Amino acid sequence: MKMFLKRYKWVLTLLVINIIVGIMYPNIGKLSFQNTKANFLQILAIIPPVFILLGLLDVWVERTTMIKYLGKGAGIKGFAIALLLGSVAAGPLYAAFPVALVMLKKRASLFNVFVFIGAWSTTKIPMFTFEIASLGVKFGIVRMCCSLVGITLIALLISGLLNKKDEDAIYERAENVI
Amino acid sequence: MFTKILYIAVAVCLLISLIKDKKKTKKALFKSWKSFEKILPQFLVIILIIGMMLSVVDEETISRFLGAGSGFLGVLIALVVGSITLIPGFVAFPLSAALLNNGAGVAQIAAFVSSLMMVGVVTIPMEQKMFGTKVTVIRNLSAVAFSLIVAFIMGAVL
Repeated sequence: MKMFLKRYKWVLTLLVINIIVGIMYPNIGKLSFQNTKANFLQILAIIPPVFILLGLLDVWVERTTMIKYLGKGAGIKGFAIALLLGSVAAGPLYAAFPVALVMLKKRASLFNVFVFIGAWSTTKIPMFTFEIASLGVKFGIVRMCCSLVGITLIALLISGLLNKKDEDAIYERAENVI
Repeated sequence: MFTKILYIAVAVCLLISLIKDKKKTKKALFKSWKSFEKILPQFLVIILIIGMMLSVVDEETISRFLGAGSGFLGVLIALVVGSITLIPGFVAFPLSAALLNNGAGVAQIAAFVSSLMMVGVVTIPMEQKMFGTKVTVIRNLSAVAFSLIVAFIMGAVL
């Protein structure tokens, strides 16, 4: 019980704030709960496949396999795989974080993992088709081209700016994810 | 559509896993549950914050800030709004389209869309916990800078 309270203290705090706001401003409070419910259901819809995939990935993919395809020596092939993996994803960016941690746990390289995160954030194919439908082909394609360059640069920047100690800390954190 | 494909793909994987090794599959599902339960509080916090934010900052307010002729200031506002809010794409794109049709600039919309997808102020505590402070700061700051560049490129090209 104490554990529960400690882990969920922010959730509970926000809930209480929301309820207080709801009492003072019923319209805003109600809308807020409706938004929360809608978002919750939306995320709930994509959570089961993402996490089942995580579990399967952890059990079936050997570290050597991950190193071979996405590790430090994987080269351009690793980059392409990371980009593709991120691009076929569904769900918000923060759903990518636990997946990225499992990849790190299996010793994918930092660069490839951040390419994956970048791709998940902005070159997702489902979103891209939707972007083109809403904002036009030209808008979508110019932005996609920029994004591909940007993702690569950001991943290079992150992996370049980290020293050995930072790297070790990240891999160590990834060990405890599951 | 893609969520459905994801479900089918994962179901197939799960089935193959089950046929190949029951025990391993059970272990995988247990791990799935455990890792989900581990980040559930963070998920809930994010969802609650988004819910509150969207109830105060509605589409009309966003439209007003990103309106026509807002210039560089408009780009900056778009950047900040995009960085802070976590609007799902299927809401953000039609909203952006509506804004564009109502005279908002391409640069502002590009800044908004790009920062919306790449920068997550609300999710920073979660990101920090998983990847550490340094990665989180570098990733988010460079994503902000990148969104700014994209805004200018797209403003110039389109």
